[in-house]
Amino acid sequence: MLAIESVSRTYPGGVHALERVSIAVAAGEIVAVVGGSGCGKSTLLRLVCGLDRPSAGRVLLDGGVVTGPHEKIGIVFQEPRLLPWLTVAGNVEFGLDGRPRAERAGRAKVQLARVGLADKASAWPRQLSGGQAQRAAIARALVTRPQVLLLDEPFSALDAFTRIDLQDHLLDLWADLTPTLLLVTHDVDEAIVLADRIVVMKPRPGRVHEEIAIDLPRPRDRQSAAFDFAKRRVLCALDRSLARPGVDREAAAEAGAALWW
Amino acid sequence: MRPIDGVARGHADATWSIPMSLVRMLVETEAPAADLAQPVDAFAGVRRFALGLLIPLALALAWEAAVRAGLTDGRLVPPPSRIYETFVGLAASGELPRHAAATILRVALGFGLGVAAGTLAGAVAGYWALARVLMDPTLQALRAIPSIAWVPLFILWLGIFEESKIALIAVGVFFPVYLGVMGAILAVDRKLVEVGRVFRLGGPAMIRRILLPAVLPAYVVALRSGLGLGWMFVVAAEFMGASEGLGYLLIDGQQLGKPAQIVAAIIAFAVIGKATDWILTAATTPFLRWQDAFGQAETP
Ligand SMILES: Nc1ncnc2c1ncn2[C@@H]1O[C@H](COP(=O)(O)OP(=O)(O)OP(=O)(O)O)[C@@H](O)[C@H]1O
Ligand SMILES: [Mg+2]
Repeated sequence: MLAIESVSRTYPGGVHALERVSIAVAAGEIVAVVGGSGCGKSTLLRLVCGLDRPSAGRVLLDGGVVTGPHEKIGIVFQEPRLLPWLTVAGNVEFGLDGRPRAERAGRAKVQLARVGLADKASAWPRQLSGGQAQRAAIARALVTRPQVLLLDEPFSALDAFTRIDLQDHLLDLWADLTPTLLLVTHDVDEAIVLADRIVVMKPRPGRVHEEIAIDLPRPRDRQSAAFDFAKRRVLCALDRSLARPGVDREAAAEAGAALWW
Repeated sequence: MRPIDGVARGHADATWSIPMSLVRMLVETEAPAADLAQPVDAFAGVRRFALGLLIPLALALAWEAAVRAGLTDGRLVPPPSRIYETFVGLAASGELPRHAAATILRVALGFGLGVAAGTLAGAVAGYWALARVLMDPTLQALRAIPSIAWVPLFILWLGIFEESKIALIAVGVFFPVYLGVMGAILAVDRKLVEVGRVFRLGGPAMIRRILLPAVLPAYVVALRSGLGLGWMFVVAAEFMGASEGLGYLLIDGQQLGKPAQIVAAIIAFAVIGKATDWILTAATTPFLRWQDAFGQAETP
């Protein structure tokens, strides 16, 4: 279980990016973090994966404090960040250093096949499309079988079709090993399709505004009324988090609730 | 800037680096018909190359004709045929290979020393901020000194034989390599370094698996400019007084009034310099296959 305990982060230069953020994520749970631009979502993921240290508070994984990059925590950045001098397979193997060559190659091959890139194993990263590169990055993060996988807007640079495809894909991969997923996104649909729980953050300084549980059965139907209802709730919470009047949406949500329940 | 040998083959000197935007600009202004852009531009490149050769060829032929016709004796400016004869004569007598070998050996030693020192200093200064603060101002100040100004000191310290010559070449090679390595390390993408950190690479592994490959393209460029300077400085070094070497052929030609020998030595310099640059490029391209550079666009 991953516990973020009243974590604050002030950047050198005085930007107050996070203020006492606490989120508890159960093992195997999928939590989506949404919030306006600049409210500290990326900062939060960097703290959880140990790239930066919190100014106050702590991050616990199974009771142990995370003080630096952790072997059980993997991250997929907003950009693929593939190493251009390694082939796609070489990139996927990157985190398996120290293991026998045959095992590395075998695991990379399996993982590449899982993300549908088996035929691209020996290609250079520059020869991949945006979506393929992002899939390779996901394979690289998954190949070490992390217990916790952090995803920072992993699909935001992709077109709608590829995005939906990769979301389904991510769920398949998740069903396999059920890692804990902490996913930052700007896309409310994406959050609702994927997450068990949505954390809405508000900016200046970044805080948790509201948590919304999404208990729709999987696979989730994007067209269903329940999906729409959840979406309105999240949008409405987002509006409030940015202190914008969201009265009409709230009313609509109420109406939707009446319809649904 | 990236080398674009593969594409610019048609240009007068294919080893120069041309910013991609500039090439694009040329392509676009040359060939407005988008679908024809590639072949039309390639042809335009060849034609431009041929046009560039027109004046030197015409001048050479005119001079040859003028000497043959007895309009001038061509004593100070030898005609192409006499240069060719001198060149072939020097090569056949074994003089040219002997002098060329002496010069190549000096460049090789000076280049090796300069590259070793420049790489080490550049790597330390790039990797370690404290070393950079301590070292860089001094080295930048030394760099501001025209390297030829060291010659008298080097001769006092190291004598007039090989050591002082090699030291001068090494100094010339050192600075571009030092600057290139340091700049390349400082410019390594933080985002890729973070990938290494996420996978918990230690210091040596980080250097081997992230920093080295990331700086390699810039390192090759630095080596090439270092090599160019090495060839420049070997001439200066051989002017300091040498009994063999292509620079000696130059001085000898001047003192004995043999301009054809001077021009032959210049041609030897150009050919060998170009050849070593080509070898360096060819030796390093296999390691740079991955580059997403304009020059690689055509290779499958
Ligand atoms: N390296 C840094 N140095 C100083 N301030 C920073 C740094 N990185 C981020 N910040 C500031 O911290 C705040 C939160 O940034 P962060 O990148 O976490 O936002 P975000 O929620 O991920 O935004 P977005 O949705 O646009 O990606 C912003 O105000 C930003 O300006
Ligand atoms: Mg962000």
